[in-house]
Amino acid sequence: MWAFIHKLGSPKWFYALSARLQPWFWALAAVLIVIGTLWGLAFAPADYQQGNSFRIIYIHVPAAFLAQSVFVSMAVAGLVFMVWKIKVADMAAAVMAPFGAAMTFVALFSGAVWGVPTWGTWWMWDARLTSMLILLFLYLGVIALRGSFASRHSGARAASVLAMVGVINIPVIKYSVDWWYTLHQPATFSVTSSPAMPVSMWLPLLVMVVGFYSFFIALTLMRTRNEILRRESNKRWVKELFQEAQ
Amino acid sequence: MSLCLQARNLACERDDRSLFADLDVDIQGGEVVRVEGPNGCGKTTLLKILSGQLGDYSGALFWNGRPMQDVRDAFLRHLLYLGHAPGVKAGLSPLENLVWYQALSGERSSEDRRLDALANVDLAGFEDVPAGQLSAGQQRRIALARLKLTPRALWVLDEPFTAIDRNGVAALEATLLDHARAGGSVIVTTHHELAASPLLRRLPLGESMQPSAEA
Amino acid sequence: MTEGMTESVKQQSAPAGDESRNAAPSSGLGIALAATLRRDLVLMLRYRGEVLNPLVFFALVITLFPIGISPDPELLQRIAPGLLWVAALLAALLSLDSLFRGDFDDGSLEQLLLAPQPLAALSLAKVAVHWLLTGLPLALMAPLLGVMLSLPPGSYSILSLSLALGSASLSLIGAIGAALTVGLARGGVLLSLLVLPLYIPVLIFGAGAVQAAIMGDGAGAHLAILGALLAASLALAPWGIAAALRISING
Repeated sequence: MWAFIHKLGSPKWFYALSARLQPWFWALAAVLIVIGTLWGLAFAPADYQQGNSFRIIYIHVPAAFLAQSVFVSMAVAGLVFMVWKIKVADMAAAVMAPFGAAMTFVALFSGAVWGVPTWGTWWMWDARLTSMLILLFLYLGVIALRGSFASRHSGARAASVLAMVGVINIPVIKYSVDWWYTLHQPATFSVTSSPAMPVSMWLPLLVMVVGFYSFFIALTLMRTRNEILRRESNKRWVKELFQEAQ
Repeated sequence: MSLCLQARNLACERDDRSLFADLDVDIQGGEVVRVEGPNGCGKTTLLKILSGQLGDYSGALFWNGRPMQDVRDAFLRHLLYLGHAPGVKAGLSPLENLVWYQALSGERSSEDRRLDALANVDLAGFEDVPAGQLSAGQQRRIALARLKLTPRALWVLDEPFTAIDRNGVAALEATLLDHARAGGSVIVTTHHELAASPLLRRLPLGESMQPSAEA
Repeated sequence: MTEGMTESVKQQSAPAGDESRNAAPSSGLGIALAATLRRDLVLMLRYRGEVLNPLVFFALVITLFPIGISPDPELLQRIAPGLLWVAALLAALLSLDSLFRGDFDDGSLEQLLLAPQPLAALSLAKVAVHWLLTGLPLALMAPLLGVMLSLPPGSYSILSLSLALGSASLSLIGAIGAALTVGLARGGVLLSLLVLPLYIPVLIFGAGAVQAAIMGDGAGAHLAILGALLAASLALAPWGIAAALRISING
């Protein structure tokens, strides 16, 4: 187990391993997302209340799932980096942050678009949307903090600490916002807590969620590999790699 | 006196630039070790690593034969570090500054010892003047008063002679040697040339390091 | 500079085996904590402007709202809890940047980190001083501004109490941000970006307490949650502050 963790920590070893894993995740992501999209948009039945506009959940919900999971993975990577000083973990955390922010933005934007047919407005201070907005600010904070240190090592450690502080706070923020929302708005119609969906609706959703997660893994592997090459560019094994490629 | 600070295979790189590598350092009681080298060769960084402030290095540190991370508290009780900035509050008088430093080491407050320490660095008569109104050299002397106020075995001093006048330099140099003679040890960087002494050892940095062939 | 040195070195620099004599850590820590509290209080009181500025800022921001929105007492009364809480929160944020900056600039922070005392406890002393001289005065001053916003009389004590409790959490959480940004040349705006999202739960329950007091619902539950948030921050934030300071000192 320990040997495995430390092996995983070696950028060279991770580079080789990820090269083998990466294509599988790309393929899985592509297949699932194509199937899920076609299924969700063309074959799933329309919602009895919202008609066809509900189909945006096939983007909104996977993006919202990822927005939260990516933050947690980023904090876990940060913890691994801080405790075991494994640099690959920090490289992964560094490439996860912009992706997570992008997913949060997608969730927010799709939520706003969805708001037009449902609420007749682009923005409502809905509990889910508000939490999402705060999550976006947390992501922006982590990205900004990492970028503002002159020393990359310090920036990495600072971003890890902030991600861990954030991950402790996310549930607190989420529950307090939910509580705040129920206090101020007598429950009208919440976008995501719609009544139980029939299988024909949630099965394509499940496909999309798994597809999005595969996409996240594939993209993180690819971008971590780039980051390894960038940071280790003066190491011998990277130079040899380039010489072989030429 | 079995004071012993060891570093093995010390390497530090800052953002892809290697400051030093494969460095072994052995500090025993009874010596003054002067870390030497051109600007930017990592003297301050080495001092910060040896004083347990920086974690961004590879290699191992040992204090009295035990790994540093296990005995950090004991190590800190034997360490006195003076950095580039003197750590003196402009809004407090020299006496008040020393009150904090004395308490920070967990010792009971003793006005006599503080006055004594200040007199020792020629600050008698300035005890209650706000440090902000004193000269840079006098502020540095407030920091140096800690050498006597809170006695520690290992002194790590980064450019302690900065802004000190000629008399003060001579006195400080004597203090460093006396400390070594009494069994303590001193790690120091300075641009001031220290007089030769059997207790003085030089630790060159940067010279053994060839400019990176890849550059 | 020489006499006495020899003797004192012999006294103090016995090898690491002398833990027993150097122990009595509780009393040593107590001395260090008391001295740090005292030193920071004295320093802040010598620069009184630093203590007064957040209070003036608080009053000024509250003045802006009736001018910017409307002097209508009914409207003001409705938004007063939120306004007071947001303005107090921003005022507390304003003074955070200087929490560790002075110590960082003059080198005291290095010394704080190298003290043979737990850094988390020492930083807690610094945060306590920040709360005593920022959060507490803001809480005491808030009822005065509440009068100007036509806040109903019954809610003043809850306003002060919620601000006193909440601002302690704000100081603790904010200190993590201050510690993370203290090494950066222009950390001020970044500090707000890092800290404000984390302030939201405190804001929700703080303003909620005042709102509940106005509606006559009883603010006990809100105050209890504010207390719980404070307890959690007290338990966790010092470790975050200490870790952040160790990072910042590395540059």
